Amino acid sequence: MNRTDTNRWRTIDIVVAAVIAVSFGVIFWAWGLVWRAADPAFAAAPATQAIMYGVWLVPAVLGGLVIRKPGAALFCEAVAATISALLGSEWGGITIVQGLIQGLGAELAFAAFRYRSFRLPVAALAGALTGLGAALFDFVVWNAEYDLVTYRLPYAALTVVSATLIAGVGGHYLTRALAGTGVLDRFPAARDRTPV
Amino acid sequence: MLQVEPVAVPGAPLARRNPVAKLAAALVFSVLLIATLDPVAPAIAIAVELALLPLFGVRYRVLARRAAPLLVGAVGILVTLVLFAADRSGTTLVAAGPVLVTSGVLVTALGLVLRMFAVALPGVIVFATTDPTDLADALIQNARAPARFAIGALAAFRLVPLLAEEWQMISMARRARGVDAGRNPVARLRLFASTAFALLVGAIRRGTRLAVAMDARGFDAGTPRTVARRQRFTVADGLLVAGAAALAGAALAVSVALGTFRPLIG
Amino acid sequence: MSGVWVRGFGWRHAGRKRWAVRGVDLRVERGERVLLLGPSGAGKSTLLAALAGLLPEDSGEQEGTVEVDGVDPRKDRERVGIVFQDPQTQLVMARSGDDVAFGLENRGVPADEIWPRVDAALRRVGFPYHRDRPTAALSGGEQQRLALAGALALRPGLLLLDEPTANLDPAGADLVRAAIAGALDEDTTLVLVEHRVAEALPLVDRVVVLEPGGGVRADGPPETVFAAHGDALAAEGVWVPGRPVPSRRARTPAGAPLLTADRLGLPPRLAATELRVRAGEALAVRGPNGAGKSTLALLLGGLLRPGTGRVTAGADLAGRDARTPPHRWRAPALARRIGSVFQDPEHQFVTATVRDELALGPRRTGRPEEAVRATVDGLLERLRLTRLAGANPYTLSGGEARRLSVATALATAPRLLICDEPTFGQDRRTWLELLDLFADLRDAGHGVVTVTHDPDFVAALADRTVVLSRADATGPAPADRTVGGDDAPG
Ligand SMILES: Nc1ncnc2c1ncn2[C@@H]1O[C@H](COP(=O)(O)OP(=O)(O)OP(=O)(O)O)[C@@H](O)[C@H]1O
Ligand SMILES: Nc1ncnc2c1ncn2[C@@H]1O[C@H](COP(=O)(O)OP(=O)(O)OP(=O)(O)O)[C@@H](O)[C@H]1O
Ligand SMILES: [Mg+2]
Ligand SMILES: [Mg+2]
Repeated sequence: MNRTDTNRWRTIDIVVAAVIAVSFGVIFWAWGLVWRAADPAFAAAPATQAIMYGVWLVPAVLGGLVIRKPGAALFCEAVAATISALLGSEWGGITIVQGLIQGLGAELAFAAFRYRSFRLPVAALAGALTGLGAALFDFVVWNAEYDLVTYRLPYAALTVVSATLIAGVGGHYLTRALAGTGVLDRFPAARDRTPV
Repeated sequence: MLQVEPVAVPGAPLARRNPVAKLAAALVFSVLLIATLDPVAPAIAIAVELALLPLFGVRYRVLARRAAPLLVGAVGILVTLVLFAADRSGTTLVAAGPVLVTSGVLVTALGLVLRMFAVALPGVIVFATTDPTDLADALIQNARAPARFAIGALAAFRLVPLLAEEWQMISMARRARGVDAGRNPVARLRLFASTAFALLVGAIRRGTRLAVAMDARGFDAGTPRTVARRQRFTVADGLLVAGAAALAGAALAVSVALGTFRPLIG
Repeated sequence: MSGVWVRGFGWRHAGRKRWAVRGVDLRVERGERVLLLGPSGAGKSTLLAALAGLLPEDSGEQEGTVEVDGVDPRKDRERVGIVFQDPQTQLVMARSGDDVAFGLENRGVPADEIWPRVDAALRRVGFPYHRDRPTAALSGGEQQRLALAGALALRPGLLLLDEPTANLDPAGADLVRAAIAGALDEDTTLVLVEHRVAEALPLVDRVVVLEPGGGVRADGPPETVFAAHGDALAAEGVWVPGRPVPSRRARTPAGAPLLTADRLGLPPRLAATELRVRAGEALAVRGPNGAGKSTLALLLGGLLRPGTGRVTAGADLAGRDARTPPHRWRAPALARRIGSVFQDPEHQFVTATVRDELALGPRRTGRPEEAVRATVDGLLERLRLTRLAGANPYTLSGGEARRLSVATALATAPRLLICDEPTFGQDRRTWLELLDLFADLRDAGHGVVTVTHDPDFVAALADRTVVLSRADATGPAPADRTVGGDDAPG
């Protein structure tokens, strides 16, 4: 079984989607604790920033793959952004706009398959489109003053590649691993699991 | 520790405004200012933000602490511009191999750094003064957000401090089992990934139980909800949004009048 | 006031081959108070969820029917209120009053009636604070009372309680039971699940025992049921009242000190505490919720850095490392010397199968593969986990997960074992196995520290007891707060 019978969100869909977003908020916070020292180095080496970009986009793809309902990717990324703002993110409210644009990318990928297929290629496409949303936002808003050929285009390309691999492909395998632990038993993502 | 409570002095005149109004004001202000690349408009905007800060009941020290990580971003902007600036007009200050610093580059850098602060601070201020419950209530009552989604997200948000604690528990459990990474960065990365996975599993399990508990109290019953806490959107709230738009517009207008305005697109 | 009628009920969770419950026929009349019993995994929680209408069709397979007042509770949840075991996952809102109001809002109660009803419900359970109190600032027992108020505010005809006191200290558990007794009126039907039968009996007038394989094993007034089936039930793991447990106190005096805590503390979680653990001795740590027992266990286990004072390891335990404190040891060395079992077993699991979980510690400490296999097989056998060797640790039942977490700590054969609440939520059989295991270790010269609320376990095992009091309690200076102290008798 690959899709749920109705598109109505159950309470568990809403709460778990939000919890996925919240967990990534906490994981990113912990990342800051563990790697704080490396932060300036990341900031000063723009390429590594783009390579890591996919990590921030995992919630959108994961939300879509787990919940499998229209709006899941968008909701997840929007909640994630709001939560990072509530937790005192230095970027303030603008993260919410950014999150909506990124979530929309993944949402479009799942919608293109009418919320019926959630296999690896679809996940990768969702990752790529989220990355594209992120790349476009950065291209226009944050990177306007940089050189087009040596910076803006490679940065955007790296962002999309990173999102495809980390958020898309990574999100797919993360969903499988989560299903293996039994926590997704009430979601269609776990129905392929063999009973024990 | 992760902070989830608002940090404002309670009762400050602007902090008391409707959360939706505050959020809208911050977004309007930020989005208008994102449209320019010159240093003048953001500088005015930052001055306005700092001047209004006491009305939000936020101490300067609190704001400085929350916004401090932006300095890292500022360094990033500077380095990237020195290496990759599109426009290197003006007098040459430093020329060493690929590094070419001109006065034009420095003006651009100043513009970008100021813009980054001007755009980020309104949101930082608003969220520092907003209680999540009030925000969810106001989103439902004044912005017509679907109640089930707003309350569901709010319930999940309540798990944040619990999950932060859980992170530490999981890390300690690993150490107790003989797993540590020492100074090896690859081992540290793997340990981080496995800890994050355990956190995610525990969080989803908690979320599942929470959803069941919410249903047990009729969350999913389909009965029209009533509200115990009224949120009102008053004239003053409307004025706050309009004021934010007007102030941001004024900052841009000054920049245009001085001839420094450089639109983002075009 | 509601009546329950269950006919041929069975439920199989999605992803499981075995039925969680099956063939249950049960009729509960209006106003009856029922205690639902059965060994761990018998399906008590599942049946309770079914009565509350909380088993969604898409989450498993159902047989038979469940009716409350003649209707499927899934269709109409208005008459049922339920309180689960873990209070933290049933509080929804950040402020106490808002949380009680949550259910009333969902039911569409008019806004001006909500707050009076909230206040009335809080009074009924004896909630000691104003309704603005943040839920995060409540102790476990207070949270449990708040959850009860949230259910009562809805005026349910049928009240379902699933181990409502499992995490609480004895005083807190008494308070919650008193709140339940006080909150019940003539027309509330009650179904209660509770492992510790003796404490629950005053609340009920009927006992129903589920048979693990399916069906109802026994049903009737408590005296009749226990008189007829007492021995068999006790053997299966039910806590039949009046069956004493064996005592396993140490028969030889304790040996050299393994670990000494000197003014050890971590403000504000734990006030300065003096403590010594010796080889061949079982030490119990008791105290109310929030006294810092778990914090103390983590400090002793070398997992947290002390805020004040220090932990010193004896040469017996630490060998060459005796001069460095345990929290600075490398993890493999720590795992070889001190085994820690956490309060929540799920925090402890690192790998994807039960077998790997057990093998992890020995491998990290550099044992040869042969020896690792022998250790793992021995532990699987000893703790009845062989059948589950390939299962994912996160899918185990509560009792199995607890046994596995103890086994993982034992796998590296540490000289000192520190266990946080090893017996909570356990049926009688697992409880006795844990008692034997710890006593055998102690008799073999290991040190055993157990943090526990369980007075029976303390009585059966502990050679000495340290009682902590809450750090925020008024009293003497922090240094003297350790009531009982190092040399108090057990
Ligand atoms: N969500 C679930 N998914 C799959 N299996 C489950 C789930 N919940 C319970 N089970 C299984 O169903 C069986 C009955 O579980 P249940 O929780 O009803 O037992 P219980 O009698 O309440 O036990 P305990 O006394 O340990 O709480 C167990 O084998 C358990 O592993
Ligand atoms: N990670 C943490 N950060 C801050 N405070 C904490 C943390 N963990 C626990 N506390 C607080 O420290 C105090 C002691 O907590 P601890 O868990 O050690 O108590 P306990 O005696 O084990 O209680 P229980 O019987 O409920 O398990 C409590 O007030 C608790 O709220
Ligand atoms: Mg149970
Ligand atoms: Mg504890």
